[in-house]
Amino acid sequence: MLEARQVSVSIGSRRIVSEADFIVRPGELAAIVGPNGSGKTTFLKALTGELTYSGSVELNGKDVAALKPWQIAAMRAVLPQATVLAFPFTVREIVKLGVTGGRSGALAGEAERLPDMALARVDLEGFAGRFYQELSGGEQQRVQLARVLCQVWAPVLDGQPRYLFLDEPVSSLDIKHQLIIMDIARDFARRGGGVIAILHDLNLAAMYADQICVMHRGKLAAAGEPTSVLNDELIERVFGCRLRVGAVPAANVPFVLPQSAVA
Amino acid sequence: MVDETIAGVAGASGEGRGVSGDRSGRAMLLIAVLSGVLAVTALTSLTWGASDASAIGLVREWLFGAAPGNEALSARDAIIVYDIRLPRVILGILIGAALAVSGAVMQGLFRNPLADPGLVGVSAGSGLGAVTVIVLGGTVLAPFTSLFGSYALPVAAFGGGLVTTIILYNVATRQGRTSIATMLLAGIALGAMAIALTGILVYMADDRQLRDLTFWQLGSLAGATWVKIAAAGPIIVLALAATPFLAKGLNAMALGEATAAHLGVPVQRLKYVAIVAVSAAIGSSVAVSGGIGFIGIVVPHLLRLAIGPDNRYLLPASALLGACLLLLADAVSRTIVAPAELPIGIVTAAVGGPFFLWILLRKRGVIDL
Repeated sequence: MLEARQVSVSIGSRRIVSEADFIVRPGELAAIVGPNGSGKTTFLKALTGELTYSGSVELNGKDVAALKPWQIAAMRAVLPQATVLAFPFTVREIVKLGVTGGRSGALAGEAERLPDMALARVDLEGFAGRFYQELSGGEQQRVQLARVLCQVWAPVLDGQPRYLFLDEPVSSLDIKHQLIIMDIARDFARRGGGVIAILHDLNLAAMYADQICVMHRGKLAAAGEPTSVLNDELIERVFGCRLRVGAVPAANVPFVLPQSAVA
Repeated sequence: MVDETIAGVAGASGEGRGVSGDRSGRAMLLIAVLSGVLAVTALTSLTWGASDASAIGLVREWLFGAAPGNEALSARDAIIVYDIRLPRVILGILIGAALAVSGAVMQGLFRNPLADPGLVGVSAGSGLGAVTVIVLGGTVLAPFTSLFGSYALPVAAFGGGLVTTIILYNVATRQGRTSIATMLLAGIALGAMAIALTGILVYMADDRQLRDLTFWQLGSLAGATWVKIAAAGPIIVLALAATPFLAKGLNAMALGEATAAHLGVPVQRLKYVAIVAVSAAIGSSVAVSGGIGFIGIVVPHLLRLAIGPDNRYLLPASALLGACLLLLADAVSRTIVAPAELPIGIVTAAVGGPFFLWILLRKRGVIDL
């Protein structure tokens, strides 16, 4: 279980996140949504230990701040918003960096093929020999996700659930790959892990998340199941848009929702 | 032979990575080839010189005994080979490896292929440390020199390099991100400051010290002795021995400091060890041979084109190719104007500079600097 209590983050003299309480149980996919600049990424960076914070963050009952980097790395993997690469690595070399910590949890026979399996999962089969820098933004994002998946290939290791922290994992992806990536995240949770993902697409959040946590000006404005959180009042208050939840547009206006995917 | 290897390396670029994207087999092959090339280059250097003393002759003598009536000659050969050429070859290997590996480690640490100890002021800082000891060692710093004895020069150079690297890292890195422009500019500023201070010290020096300084500043392996190897060798070997443990962490650092930490790398410790190792290796090299440029930037760059940026292979390959190239440059420096000698720093800069430009022009738009 991920348990954050009264987490606050200040950068310089500015308070970016204040007193956020947040709990994600194993088996859950939690989506963090909110307008630009509401503190989503900062909050996620506090949860992953990248930024210093006040309050407490516990992962499986252990204080994150007291763990060594390699101990945390065995418990969770983090996908950053964007990764700028310093040197010309191939896709396979990048994905293999995921096992730097060495606790992928893959079966003995799988370890060698792990990069290929991870690439196949993110629909990048045959890309292993390409240079990372030659790929498009969306492809690079999926390569990074494959790397992250290698790090925590087994959602449960030694009886302990593991976690994925994803900062806008689908931001530069086409709709097909948005669905593929969100399916991977949901599958990870169904198999006993926990997923914390920052999303901008409220439809994807509503479709996939067990819990939606809405950030507004550094505070948690609401948290709970999609049906209880997503309502007209909240959308208007947080996003400043007068949108109607669940309202179907006029008959001649085309719209495409991920929810409408035909199995 | 070495030239052919370089051409092969440069020509290979990334095309040979194949569909698998796994370049480790290719990297190990290159490391094996470079080991062989280094052995041949070292043996040739032992044989090649102003005198016709032959290392091969000495090896034959070990194996089969001296030829009758030839004992005096082989005794002279032995002196030339053991006391003049061998220390020079060993020092060349140590320093070439130290320069190239330091370049590769710094580039990994700063996430920037332009980070070279020579370009960003670390060599100048080491030089300042060394000159301080040469000029002030007899007076103000007498306790320091008597404490460290023959290690005083390398230790001071190490200190100078360490201070420069730490300042550089702190100036150029903000919240885990190293700014390329800030790093180069800060390096230039630090280098200029170190050179200015060095200039002041040179101005204060007496005639005997000036002669020492001049020899030292030109950059040369000419003064190689067993004493110098005993002083600088252990530091260099220790520093180089630490680098394989950094390789995996440096690979992860290519994704950024934060991501490296998420992958389980103890980033702070990695940075400290890397900075100390580079400063020690560069400091000792500068103390013994002055500033020798371009090895630290050209060698890792060429190798990245050939086998990719994986430091597990890049670091050992850099050590081997750096050693080969420095031995080769030394051979040129002591034969091209024989019986005089050209400072080796001039040779590496004269060959390395244009060669590096050629690589950049040829690969422009393809490689991402």
